[in-house]
Amino acid sequence: MKKGLKEFSKGIIRENPIFALVLGMCPTLAVTTSAENGVGMGIAATVVLLGSNIVISLLRKVIPDKVRIPAYITVIAGFVTIIQLILKAYFTDLDKALGIFIPLIVVNCIILARAEMYASKNNVGYSILDALGMGVGFTAALVLIGGIREILGSGTIFGIDVSFGVIPQATLFILPAGGFLVLGLLMAAYNKFTKNKKQVVDCASCPIQCYNAEQGEKS
Amino acid sequence: MMKILFVILGTVLVDNFVLTKFLGICPFLGVSKKMDSALGMSGAVMFVMTIASAVTWVVNEYVLTPYGLDYLQTIAFILVIASVVQFVELLLKRFIKPLYKSLGIYLPLITTNCAVLGVALLNIQNSSSFGMSVLYGFSAGLSFTFALILFSGIREKLESSNVAKSFKGLPIALITAAFMALSFMGFQGMFTF
Repeated sequence: MKKGLKEFSKGIIRENPIFALVLGMCPTLAVTTSAENGVGMGIAATVVLLGSNIVISLLRKVIPDKVRIPAYITVIAGFVTIIQLILKAYFTDLDKALGIFIPLIVVNCIILARAEMYASKNNVGYSILDALGMGVGFTAALVLIGGIREILGSGTIFGIDVSFGVIPQATLFILPAGGFLVLGLLMAAYNKFTKNKKQVVDCASCPIQCYNAEQGEKS
Repeated sequence: MMKILFVILGTVLVDNFVLTKFLGICPFLGVSKKMDSALGMSGAVMFVMTIASAVTWVVNEYVLTPYGLDYLQTIAFILVIASVVQFVELLLKRFIKPLYKSLGIYLPLITTNCAVLGVALLNIQNSSSFGMSVLYGFSAGLSFTFALILFSGIREKLESSNVAKSFKGLPIALITAAFMALSFMGFQGMFTF
């Protein structure tokens, strides 16, 4: 029980996928022009992560080691397609807002990283908790970034006006440059308060790159 | 002729893949620490993007659409890209040794570069013709190269500068990227295609 709780909670602050593990930067920057988009992207990614973690954890003894990455990608792509179809059918606005970044969940490092680093080594129960924790952490980070950008950039939060017609809006924040700026500042704040020192984007954060590099070296 | 030029300039300057569209951020942050690796990576990306746009266009036009399998697009494309990368790697290794030596280690990293899958999906979304898709793939690669090389030039300088402790590494890199994106906004509306 205690371990289960730990597996769930680690993804929220200590191993937050965005601020600590630096995974999935593209959707993080691209869709966070509003808090609502952040929620949508977060939930979509969480559902895919949950599905892929369950399936990969169940199949971890069946999938041969050599072809594991292509196998994981196929599983993930399957779940992404399901989400894509659901969004197209029932959440048309969200589908339009997130656009190309829905199919791009396939190459979102978070999902593959959790498959490779966690689900392929742990049982289903823990994998579910891990997926939920990571998903909550990802969603929370997206909502935080999206919220800040929305308040500063368009004076609203979740579409509700908070500028009261007095506070001027800095459109910069909903433009691409604002995304980089807000994420950079938040990451610095995260470092300051958690004393986290190891934000590196390299092999460690993207397992497929590591795996491929290994394969490349061998051949 | 003018149209080709407009597509290239429009993709590189106005709608830069990295700084405006947010595609390929991972390699943009990951391999920009040294100029050499930035050059190798961008060469490989340009190469694979051009080929991948061509192949995915053909797959979509002659396999997926005629059989009504559009919903398999995402799965099909990612598998096609993965195999294209492998195939290119084998071909280079066999026939063009020097090129393989300089691009080799970067090629496998490209499968999960979201800019490659992004280009393929955007081509289909815009229902471009075959020629346009290939051109768009090439110019997308060029825009990635442009951004990555500029960025790695700045980052090499950042390495030796005195940065506040909590800003060291990624935070300052992201803020640098913010200013780059800001300056690229100056090109907005210059070319339309």
